[in-house]
This record gives sequence, structure tokens and C-alpha cells, in this order.
Amino acid sequence: MATTQEIQEELTPTGTLDVEKYRSLRQDVWRQFRRHKGAVIGLFILGVIVLGSVVGPFVYPLDPFDIDTKVANQGPSIDHPMGTDNLGRDVLARVLIGGRISLAVGLAAMMVELIIGTTTGVLSGFFRRLDGPLMRLADLFLALPILPLLLVVIMLFREPLKEALGANLGIFVLVVFIIGVTSWMTTARIVRGEVLAIKQEEFVLAAQSIGSRRRNVVLRHIVPNVLSPVMVAAALSVGAAILTESALSFLGLGFPADFPTWGRLLFDAKDRLQLTPMRVLLPGVMISLTVISVNFIGDGLRDALDPKGRSR
Amino acid sequence: MAIPTLLAISLIVFAILDLAPGDPTANLPLTLPLEVREKIRAALGLNDPFLVAWLKWLRLMMINEPLHFIEKIFGACFGDCESRARIISWSSRAPAVDIIIQRLPQTLWVLGLALFFGILIAIPIGVISAYRQYSWFDNAGTFVSIIGFSVPTFFTGLLAIVVFSVWLGWFPSFYDTRLVVNSWDTFLLQVKQMIMPVAVLSLFNAAALTRFTRASVLDNLNEDYVRTARSKGLGERKVILTHVLRNSLIPVVTLIALQIPGIFGGAIITEQIFRINGLGHLLIAAIGQSDVPMVQTLTFIFAVLIVLFNLLADVTYGFLDPRIRYD
Repeated sequence: MATTQEIQEELTPTGTLDVEKYRSLRQDVWRQFRRHKGAVIGLFILGVIVLGSVVGPFVYPLDPFDIDTKVANQGPSIDHPMGTDNLGRDVLARVLIGGRISLAVGLAAMMVELIIGTTTGVLSGFFRRLDGPLMRLADLFLALPILPLLLVVIMLFREPLKEALGANLGIFVLVVFIIGVTSWMTTARIVRGEVLAIKQEEFVLAAQSIGSRRRNVVLRHIVPNVLSPVMVAAALSVGAAILTESALSFLGLGFPADFPTWGRLLFDAKDRLQLTPMRVLLPGVMISLTVISVNFIGDGLRDALDPKGRSR
Repeated sequence: MAIPTLLAISLIVFAILDLAPGDPTANLPLTLPLEVREKIRAALGLNDPFLVAWLKWLRLMMINEPLHFIEKIFGACFGDCESRARIISWSSRAPAVDIIIQRLPQTLWVLGLALFFGILIAIPIGVISAYRQYSWFDNAGTFVSIIGFSVPTFFTGLLAIVVFSVWLGWFPSFYDTRLVVNSWDTFLLQVKQMIMPVAVLSLFNAAALTRFTRASVLDNLNEDYVRTARSKGLGERKVILTHVLRNSLIPVVTLIALQIPGIFGGAIITEQIFRINGLGHLLIAAIGQSDVPMVQTLTFIFAVLIVLFNLLADVTYGFLDPRIRYD
């Protein structure tokens, strides 16, 4: 037990504060996160992959779109470390540039999903009247045959969006939007549960009783408190979005052929499995490694953000 | 709950296809006179307002098609069975539901077996992982299951083809749809060609299920009733298998039900890799040919299947938890 004097020393600005002993929440979370081996390794691998796809195409000398049919379907060599595809394009260069698009789709779809999911979750947790309809809507979306619907939507809206926004941007917006719109339900449910619990806390009552506007109560007091489950959901949904994008591209209904994403590269390579196995292996391993890392990071975050586990 | 859900889903499916730009008569020859084109449009029901078109389609889907199905089974004829309208596929000119019924068994076999083996693998591993928490078995199980649901089925499927059919030559690399099972040898061939798709899909299902089971068993292990069961002298096996497992499976069943749309998605991809002529294959082909009635019907059938599996999960609840009873 601290004596009265000690407490006073801590409280007065002149008293020396033991910096070692007091950690902010962020430091605490980071300390706990570092103990999760899988999460740290995941963070490292993801860092390498992100660096490789962002910086890689600038550093790597070969052009991913350079067609040279004289060197088509080659195995790994010094000129082409991972071999070439059926048009003689360098596989490694294509995988590096493809990573940019796959990662960008993952991040953008995660943002769309979080905005929809958090808004719905907060609204249905805070306003009782909206709760029923919004949660029924979530149930309905959970029962939808998502993949068939995604395929149908892409089939129907690809051409008009291409005309409106240009070939690449059009399909990017479409893929990001539909992945976001069909995957917000889990986040919404988690956020709703948290909001329902936090709404009963005294600090919310205090904020209301000093006359805060409802909007401020929600934005300043409730939303910051549900951020940790939202962060975990965000990490996991990046992985899910990358998987969905690759699945769509793999079925031939994602990005166009001249627009290499990892899923598209797999789709193009799958019929020449025996001829150039590297073309299947490299993008497949990249998708898998990215999603594994993201899932481990999500797992580590969940452990680190859970105050019950922190004493461990 | 099931019927309003299906109605809402059919409305969504219909609305997406109706709102979409593009004209199914666009591919007809340009030499066709305008009034003929207009007649074709009217015959296809394209000039109807949205709600009318939806109700017409709903009548076809909900009344005419089931009636036809019943008639086929019993060989009977109710009313106007010869002239009753049906949903016709634009590309094959045959009733869409007939084609779907032809393709349905393949999908259900792959899906059902994958779910069955997935559960069979996942539950023991999940229970042991939870019982020996933080042991090497648990750590290995957690690691493998995170990898299992992170690696997409289209990659594991391709890998399996490379390893087991190209290098080792154990299994055929794609599914022979002409195979008729009528003897022991053809049965063995059928089993052989089912092994890879089912294995790929069931490992994917098992990965997520293992995590759910582990978490749920962990929650239950510290409950008072477990201490009571132990203190009245029950053996450890009995405590775990009858008391803990049965209670732990309740949330797991919910989570399986939530996963079902994802499992169907996995089945579509697996059918595509191994060239199984199931519903997923049919859907991709129909999308390629812009066969709108076929796509509508298929998407709706997928929704029906998902709702049915959800109902199955609800029934399983009542079986697992005597407190829940449906009147």
C-alpha cells in the first residue's frame, strides 16, 4: 500500500513520476502483442509482402507487361528467377505488381465493411427502435448465397461501370463495394453487443446527465470504447476480402486478364499446371501467406486487447 | 422465419437482375422486324412492371415448379398439367428446374460428405485441444487450423492435383461425369474421384470448426456442473463426452449454421477445380451465357438449400438441448 505522502507526490506535478511503472494503454497492448509469437512473425511476413509489392516493382528491373514469346513457359532461370508465363512475361514481376492490387482490394473492402458494420452496430445497439429491423436485415444477409450473388452482380454490372469509370477503376470499385456490402454482418453483431453492454455503464449516464448531445455521447463516449473489437474484426476482414477477391478472379469473374491480381494469376496458370508449376505456386503461396499472417495478427490483437488476459 | 427469408431473398435476386442494364434480346439478329422483337419481349415478360414480373416469377417458382415435381414423382396430373408454364432456360431451351435436379445430387454428395468428414475431424481435435489447453497438441492444432482456413480451397485443390494425380498418380485429376455406378469396380472409381474434392473441402470446413469447438469446450470446462459431475465420481471420459461435449456443441451448431453460405461458396469453387458437373458448375456456365432464368432459379435454389440447412441446425438444437422445444 502506498502511503499518503507517496500518493501526493504522484499527484502533484512537481513530484517525480516513475515512468517505468506507468504504461499507457497502447504500450500495454504492444507489450502483450509481442508475447504472441505467431502474431509477431505474421506482422513481419506481412511487412515483407507489403514492402515487396509497394516498392518491389520499382526496384525489380523486369516489366510485368513485357511480352516476349521467345522465352515463353520457362522454368526458373537467372534471367527470370521464377520463370515466365505462356506469353514470356516474368512471373515474379507479375506477382509483385499483383500484390498491390490484391492488398489494395483487401484494405479498401475492409474500410467499406467497417464503416457499414460499425454504423449499423452502433445504431442498433444504441437506438432500441432500430435494433429489430437492422438485426433482421443482418440475419437476412447472413442467409444469402453470397458467392452466387457476387458472381451475378459482377456479370451484370461490369460493363456499365467499365464505361463509367474506366476498365480498371470500374472493376476495382465494383469488387470492393460488393465485398464490403456482403460482409458487414459479423462486425455489426459484435459492435451491437459491445454497445449494449457499454450503454449501461456509468460514464454514459454521466455524459447524458451533464447534457451532452446524443450524437456526442455516441461519437465521443461509445464509439472509442468499441474500437478494440472493431480492430480485431478489421484485421480478420482484410484476410477474408483478399480471399474473396482471389476466389472471384479465380472463377474468371474478377479483374480483367491484363490486370494481374494474385487470384487472376492463379486462374491464368491453372490449365498449365504441369508445364509451369511455379506460376501456380507463387501467387498461391502469396495469397496464403498474406491471409495466414493477417489471421495471426488478428489473433494476437484479440489476446492483446482483452484486458482479462493482460496480467498473464 | 424461413418463408419470409426466402421471399426477401427472391426479391433481392429478382431486383438485382431486373435493375441490371442489358437486354436479353440484344443478341437476336438485327434483321428481325421491330414488331417481332417487341412480341418476343412481351412473351419473355420484359415489358411488365417490376412487381408484376416478380409475382409472375414467384408463381412459376413456388407453385408451378413444385406441382410439376410432385406430378413427376407420383405420375399424376392435377388440372392443366400439360399447358402449365415453366421456367425455361434461355440457352438450353429446357425447363431450368429439370437441369438443376439432374445436377443437384453431385453437389449434395460433395457438400454433405465434406461437412460430415469436417465435423468428424474437427470435434475430437477441438475437444482434445481444449482439454489439454496450451499443450503441444493444442498449439499444433491451433497453428494448423489457422493455416487451414487461411489457405484458399482453390490453391489447396490445385496443389492436391499436382501432388496426388500428376506426381503420384493415385487419383484422377478431374471428375469423370459419365461414370455410371453399376458394379463394384465403378463404385471404387467413383470413390477414387470423390476423394480429392471431398478431402479439400472437408479440411477447409474442419479448420474453422476445430477453433469453434475448442473455444466452446473451454468455456464449459470451468462450469460448476462439470465439478459436480466429477465430484459425484463419474469417470473423466463420461464427464467430457456426455456432459461437456453435449453442452459445448450447442454454440458450435449455431456457428456451423452461420458458415453454411461460405461452405456453399467453397463447393462452387471446388466443383470448378475438379470439374464436377454440379450446381456451381452450372451457375458459372449460365453466367457465362447470360442465361437469366437459369441464374435466377439457381441462386434461389442455393438460398433454399441454405435455409434448409439452417432449419436442420435448428432441429439439431432441440436434440442437443432439451430446454429448447418447438411446438
